[in-house]
Amino acid sequence: MNRINQKLQEDKKLLSIYFTAGYPNLNDTVTVIENLEKSGVDMIEIGLPFSDPLADGPTIQASSTASLDNGMTSEVLFNQLKDIRKTVSIPLIIMGYFNPMMQYGVEAFCKKCAEIGIDGLIIPDLPVQDYNENYKAIFEKYGLINVFLITPQTSEERIRFIDSISNGFIYMVSSASVTGAQNSFGSTQSDYFNRIAAMNLKAPQIVGFGISNAETFQQATVSAKGAIIGSAFVKHLTEHGVDKIDKFISLIK
Amino acid sequence: MSYFVDENGYYGQFGGAYIPEMLYPNVEELRQNYLKIMQEDSFKKEFDELLKEYVGRPTPLYFAKRLSDKYNTKIYLKREDLCHTGAHKVNNTIGQILMAKRLGKHRIIAETGAGQHGVATATVCALMGIECIVYMGEIDIARQEPNVARMKMLGATVVPALSGSRTLKDATNEAIRDWINNPVDTHYIIGSVVGPHPYPDMVARFQSVISEEMKWQLKEKEGKENPDYVIACVGGGSNAAGAFYHYLDEKEVGLIAVEAAGLGVDSGESAATSVLGNEGVIHGSKTLLMQTKDGQITEPYSISAGLDYPGVGPLHAHLCESKRADFISVTDDEAMNAGLELCELEGIIPAIESSHALAVFKKKAFKKDDIVVLNLSGRGDKDLDTYIKYFKF
Repeated sequence: MNRINQKLQEDKKLLSIYFTAGYPNLNDTVTVIENLEKSGVDMIEIGLPFSDPLADGPTIQASSTASLDNGMTSEVLFNQLKDIRKTVSIPLIIMGYFNPMMQYGVEAFCKKCAEIGIDGLIIPDLPVQDYNENYKAIFEKYGLINVFLITPQTSEERIRFIDSISNGFIYMVSSASVTGAQNSFGSTQSDYFNRIAAMNLKAPQIVGFGISNAETFQQATVSAKGAIIGSAFVKHLTEHGVDKIDKFISLIK
Repeated sequence: MSYFVDENGYYGQFGGAYIPEMLYPNVEELRQNYLKIMQEDSFKKEFDELLKEYVGRPTPLYFAKRLSDKYNTKIYLKREDLCHTGAHKVNNTIGQILMAKRLGKHRIIAETGAGQHGVATATVCALMGIECIVYMGEIDIARQEPNVARMKMLGATVVPALSGSRTLKDATNEAIRDWINNPVDTHYIIGSVVGPHPYPDMVARFQSVISEEMKWQLKEKEGKENPDYVIACVGGGSNAAGAFYHYLDEKEVGLIAVEAAGLGVDSGESAATSVLGNEGVIHGSKTLLMQTKDGQITEPYSISAGLDYPGVGPLHAHLCESKRADFISVTDDEAMNAGLELCELEGIIPAIESSHALAVFKKKAFKKDDIVVLNLSGRGDKDLDTYIKYFKF
């Protein structure tokens, strides 16, 4: 069974952390992953940087630019991760935009992910329909889970469709915003969380965007299976480097 | 082979809507409604009236006698430079502001490079009394001061794009991020035939008035609707899309798309996407774009701020791949000299974008009885500084 599905069966709320690979320094990638696992994180999203990250706010944009300036590429990332399964056992997901994957070759990219032990991909700008028609077979061949996003504006019909083709979890975007834009959740979010919970979807939901501390993590996971912290953690890396990761995590869980 | 968009939003292999799920409801709403709205009688009436009374259409199809004599062929200039605000851009913004009103939107966002599309958007927002926010790269704001002032005078808020290379592509990213953050009340007026479907098709349709007029104007002047060639410059490609539109399926009409070669196609400082680009995804569309081997989008260069976009619209990618259009690259120097030549021969100061199209006459010989229509997309007022610096007047 895919590590993601195993993890989703555990009887607990899951904390997933996003960080930009190759940031703050090019060779920090593996250290960040290992420290996150040691700190008790349940799942990690490794951000493959892109020059034009449409769905990201200033924090992740800046880290992406810095990582690219450091020399990060798909090839460099795969080399950094080639022995990662010798030391890390939690689910690892690569999150990135479609163009770099397309240039690498979607099949070659998936093959490489499978060899390394990557469990899934999140590609925000790959349309659901396009994935379903052109890439689903490739992902399945390499045992990769593709994670789709839903937002407060996604129609019920579309959520049902996305649920029907999800084989891992659904990435539930907390609010109409790019990453890192919110500081707290109000009644709009709790209404939305309740509405989705009431739909009894087959795929568990993990909430992302706007989770930055214990309070927002708790609010987000009242009914959802888990939550993802991205920008707040990237900010922590900017300020403290790779050293105090355990401290950051201990304040959330 | 069809050169028009198919039902899935593709031109051949190019196009589509590669957008994050956050944008799906907005883009889908537009996709479901744009054709229906454009076909409403009340829409057509309002659009046509504004083009006539406000923009000043039809623009003349002017026979350029001295230019024709010089190059020993028959050259007509489609005078989009005479449109209100100084370029063809306003054809699209008029269309889209009417679209936005019918979709019930009361906040407009736009991206701009040189500022022409920003000015055209600010103009129609003032006309309709709608809030307008224009994203513009920090670097472009510094080098296009007069247009920034124009937008402010017209009541728009100009927001600097501080990310990435701080030019047009980043302004576009910021506008898209704004749309993600404001999904309900906001319409995004994209300035070219780029972006996710249905934008390339919608913008091309609004700009198609250019070739619609060319047809009847040419019929009056030459007794036939079809020229032998249509020439237009291509950055994203909206003026070219409008000038080519009604000739796409007329095989006897040669289409010539002119790209900016900057300091030279192989100089590393160029915007010649058809030569330097390959298939990729930018701003929601699968198209030809300039990128690194690793798929990072690179920063183009041209002396013309309206042509330094790292991609072309998917229609143009298809015209290029299918060889329906000839793509020719023109350097800064060639364009600047062709612009000056038009001033001297015809008394018209062209925008530097249009000067690129004019440079084709030095690169390609036409027959004496060929009828060549060149789309003069904009006037050169905005470029005086660049002309002055270049020629040291």
